[in-house]
Amino acid sequence: MTEPLLSVEALVKHYPPHGLLKRRGPVRAVDGVSFQVAQGETLAIVGESGSGKSTLARVLLRLEPATGGRIVFDGTDISTLDRTALRALRRRMQIVFQDPSSALNPRMTIGDAIAEGLEIHRLVPRSEIRGRVDSLMNEVGLDASRADRLPREFSGGQKQRVGIARALAVGPSFLVLDEPVSSLDVSVQAQVLNLLLELQRSRGLAYLFIAHDLAVVRQVAHRIAVMYLGQIVETGATEALVAEPRHPYTQALISAAPEPDPSVRESRIILAGEPPSPSAPPTGCRFHPRCFHPARDARCFEEAPQLRPVGASLVACHHAGTTR
Amino acid sequence: MTALLEVRALRVSFPATAGELRPVDGVEFTVSRGEFLALVGESGAGKSLTGLALLRLVPPPGRIERGSSLRLDGKDLLTLDSDELRRVRGGRIAMVFQDPGTSLNPVLRVGDQIVETIRAHSAKSAREARGRAEALLTEVGLGDAEGCYHSYPHQLSGGMRQRVMIAIALAAEPQLLIADEPTSALDVTVQAQILELLDDLRTRHGMAVLLVTHDLGVVAERADRVAVMYAGRIVEEAPTARLFAAPAHPYTAELLASLPRLRGPRAPLRSIPGAMPTPADWPTGCRFRPRCPRAFSPCTDDPPITSLGGGHQVRCWLAAPDSQAAP
Repeated sequence: MTEPLLSVEALVKHYPPHGLLKRRGPVRAVDGVSFQVAQGETLAIVGESGSGKSTLARVLLRLEPATGGRIVFDGTDISTLDRTALRALRRRMQIVFQDPSSALNPRMTIGDAIAEGLEIHRLVPRSEIRGRVDSLMNEVGLDASRADRLPREFSGGQKQRVGIARALAVGPSFLVLDEPVSSLDVSVQAQVLNLLLELQRSRGLAYLFIAHDLAVVRQVAHRIAVMYLGQIVETGATEALVAEPRHPYTQALISAAPEPDPSVRESRIILAGEPPSPSAPPTGCRFHPRCFHPARDARCFEEAPQLRPVGASLVACHHAGTTR
Repeated sequence: MTALLEVRALRVSFPATAGELRPVDGVEFTVSRGEFLALVGESGAGKSLTGLALLRLVPPPGRIERGSSLRLDGKDLLTLDSDELRRVRGGRIAMVFQDPGTSLNPVLRVGDQIVETIRAHSAKSAREARGRAEALLTEVGLGDAEGCYHSYPHQLSGGMRQRVMIAIALAAEPQLLIADEPTSALDVTVQAQILELLDDLRTRHGMAVLLVTHDLGVVAERADRVAVMYAGRIVEEAPTARLFAAPAHPYTAELLASLPRLRGPRAPLRSIPGAMPTPADWPTGCRFRPRCPRAFSPCTDDPPITSLGGGHQVRCWLAAPDSQAAP
């Protein structure tokens, strides 16, 4: 593989305890996460609430400082950049948020919202802004004649297209997509997913696609990393991971996903309980209190498993690959 | 099986600057005793409002129009006085909503909220009601029923709160449970637990469940029958296996084709162009026509409901017996 576009090493984000929670430890939202994303590639980060996936996005974009670890983007360590350098970086890394309605200023026209980045970064002469906005709107499948309208005149799917156009305006090579389709209806969700695939092909973009829905992720990701309580528990190529999940948590996640096909009536793995709090993660393997692996033993309570190759994936489980 | 609930020509309207809007426009369906019916649709289809209308909970200034008919066990729900209505709500028909956080009273202990419901619908003493509340908490899978009883809602997780809501719904042993997106705010692994619980309770108590949802995956797994809503109307209704294997309405077919799946080979997603229209600009004739890949000339008129046999009904010109012109 050539040099990765983004390389994250042992990234940590802890929030200090506050208020009534002082007696507890810090919230370990992201706790030692490493991965790489190549040019033109999509890595999906999948997890349930509290897994730390959205915190990870914020830290990557330096919207919040990291507690530890390194983030290397295109050869530069960005965890220590000053404000000027950070600004230049933001042209290359952009984010698309989950809720397109709250990400847009209700009193700013769609055209102005898309042009904002162009103006802030002084990327094109004033006279060319309108033309650039038109072509961005066309590129994301919006009618450019509606550039003077306000967000409320657009549907949810259209607003998400605006969010994408805004991110593309500054010509990034890397997009963080934080649950970009989870607030959309299925018929519209498919439109936006297909648009993202098209843009990746035409612009050679790399995506970090953050989502809770594995079926959605499977449509767009080359590789998947599954997070549980601030850590990656399994990562691998999409089809291999979906077809043969090796970590018990990944297995449960796939098994629990309701399949829109009544002829599939396999027995479900239904996990007991809910994920524990990231401020008091269990000892050893963080998944052990909910684990159902037949070989589960004292080691799982005591020793945190490291990612290791099992089949075609990397898995953080002492017993993955064994049946007894 | 006789019909427990019979809904005919249900119309809900809201006053608007230009005339009236009718987000629910002629909905008809029945729910049999002990049956699990899913009412499926995307946002704006009118499914939640339909659920609320069944309990006459349409938020003002909305109203159920004259000519609508709602019958529970043959009894007309629309002519009940407020006392009778109160006995039906939470009594014979109970409802569970999407967000358990906002449905519970934050300053009352969970147990007291269940006791309140029990005593509102029965002549039980405080002591009996308390015992019953604890039994209900155990029944909905809250292992530490005693601890739960004394907890405030914020001390419980989302999944636990939804279990409490279900316990409250069960308090008066309803014949029909309306569950509006009961698992949409929950994580997948917790969602699976709650669905399992609902199905379990239905089997044990013989109560019917009307599940209002956007999630076809959940439907495929649990429902006996499915009604698909689009722009204020039911466009197709069929036994679950049949709907998924042989959808007759182009909207149903396109919706199924646009669903990402985890099992089977990966295929490119189909998408439906455009978005669901709002009640202010519903198209004339078939409301799916502007987005339909198979629209043809008759579609500018309202399609009739055609029965395809085996409880399968569809509101589409392609299925109408005298329309041989289908492309």
